[in-house]
Amino acid sequence: MIAVALSRGHIEILQFLRDRTAVVFTFFFPALLLLLFGTIFGSESSAAGVAASRIFTASMIAYGVLNTAFVTMGSGLALDREDGTLKRLRGTPMPAWAYLIGKALLVTLLSVAEAAVLIGVGVLVFDMPLPPAGHWVTFAWIFLLSVIACSLLGVAVSALVKNARNAGAILNVPVVALQFVSGVFIHPMSQLPDWLEKVASLFPVRWMAQGFRYVFLPPEAEAQEIGGSWDLGMVAMVLGVWCVIGLVLCLWTFRWSSREK
Amino acid sequence: MEAIEVTGLRKTYGDRDAVAGIDLVVARGEIFSLLGPNGAGKTTTVEILEGHRRRTAGDVRVLGEDPGRAGSAWRTRIGIVLQDADDAADLTVHEMVRHVAGFYPNPRRPDEVIELVGLQAKRNSRIRTLSGGQRRRVDVALGIVGGPELLFLDEPTTGFDPEARRQFWDLIRTLAGDGTTIVLTTHYLDEAEALADRLAVVSAGRIVAEGTPATLGGRGAAQARVSWRADGTTRTEQVADPSDLIRHLVATGADLSTLTITRPTLEDTYLSLIGAAR
Repeated sequence: MIAVALSRGHIEILQFLRDRTAVVFTFFFPALLLLLFGTIFGSESSAAGVAASRIFTASMIAYGVLNTAFVTMGSGLALDREDGTLKRLRGTPMPAWAYLIGKALLVTLLSVAEAAVLIGVGVLVFDMPLPPAGHWVTFAWIFLLSVIACSLLGVAVSALVKNARNAGAILNVPVVALQFVSGVFIHPMSQLPDWLEKVASLFPVRWMAQGFRYVFLPPEAEAQEIGGSWDLGMVAMVLGVWCVIGLVLCLWTFRWSSREK
Repeated sequence: MEAIEVTGLRKTYGDRDAVAGIDLVVARGEIFSLLGPNGAGKTTTVEILEGHRRRTAGDVRVLGEDPGRAGSAWRTRIGIVLQDADDAADLTVHEMVRHVAGFYPNPRRPDEVIELVGLQAKRNSRIRTLSGGQRRRVDVALGIVGGPELLFLDEPTTGFDPEARRQFWDLIRTLAGDGTTIVLTTHYLDEAEALADRLAVVSAGRIVAEGTPATLGGRGAAQARVSWRADGTTRTEQVADPSDLIRHLVATGADLSTLTITRPTLEDTYLSLIGAAR
């Protein structure tokens, strides 16, 4: 039975890699944005004396995860519902969890690769030093919680997608909007109106970006965060709560077919 | 034990009955065909039998189990050929058939199945590049790779050219010859006539006639129409048994090179059945 789940993962990855449009326009898009932002604003330094390109690199990993987990999961599921993949699988003895593990393997692999590409750009293009060894442990749990929360939310939101052609457009609205208000594109967040800062703090993206900045930025950058603190406890809590919300929404909204009445 | 037993099947959407009380028995090893116009409830019925849809009421047994509750062990014994899937477009035929074979405990060999559906030449082609008819043959391959006892085919030859349809019919006969029970829904009456051991016509959610292709809707008992030419004009008579008339014609030396005897075609019978049900 494990073999079936691994076989699903293999098939998912094979299909993703063969879809050149997805590889170029989805997978490499965050790296392209990072190159643009980093080049345009790279020479500026924040109040704490950290190069803007380094801050973008760290924050943009949150975008990377949104892209590979939330968008890929959400649009992939909408498409699988529409093109008959789910209907076909449901008529076979393959268990539903094998399908979901296959998707999870795809999303995990893509997210790791996406993070590696973004960190690679940061190190090679923008001279970002790699963080001390202890920070990688923090990176691992923030990354894992982010991927889980975003994937589950992607599954949940896919239920709202009536037509797979619109999936990218629908899923990218929260992605782009949240990045503007969550300190990814505009940092520090204190530039935002107070109420917007509070609203943004309800969503996971702010906490993902803040956590990744902790991992990759020097300690003096902490002063730039809201409340002057990395607040890792809150990062863990908000992401954990979103994992639970995502799971509940998934169980509540999951449908095998787009036509099921 | 029968392959399928259905009594009093109903499926209601809101206040509309998509299936309004169907009784059905399909024997093991039989090719059974469900005919009916679009929206008659064929697909809904079949999807309930496949376990894809829940029923509102009625008793359903497929291979001895209730498809609404049956688990993966039951699904290893059935095969479903989807009507309009376009999944796995970026995989090759062999990759996809092998992948699906991996879901079953005792699958058929993927290459054997690919050969059976006549796609050896396309074994390593991406499914995206296949023609419509080839694509449907992939669906058949995926439906039979698990070695099912019971195979569901929902309008399998839509979009086939005539030659591809004939080849497809041969494939279905081969499967039936190996003992597979086959449930076929179709719009094509010639297809049902060529393949089905028994068939039922569904209209407005009910079965309005059931029988063999030769006897459906009283077709076997219908009067024969005998035509021949005599004295430069076409003469026609309707008789229950043409034997006496023919003997008479032979005795009187009529020109039998123009003789035709026709009974209502399956299409005539079908159209009058669904016409009467409306």
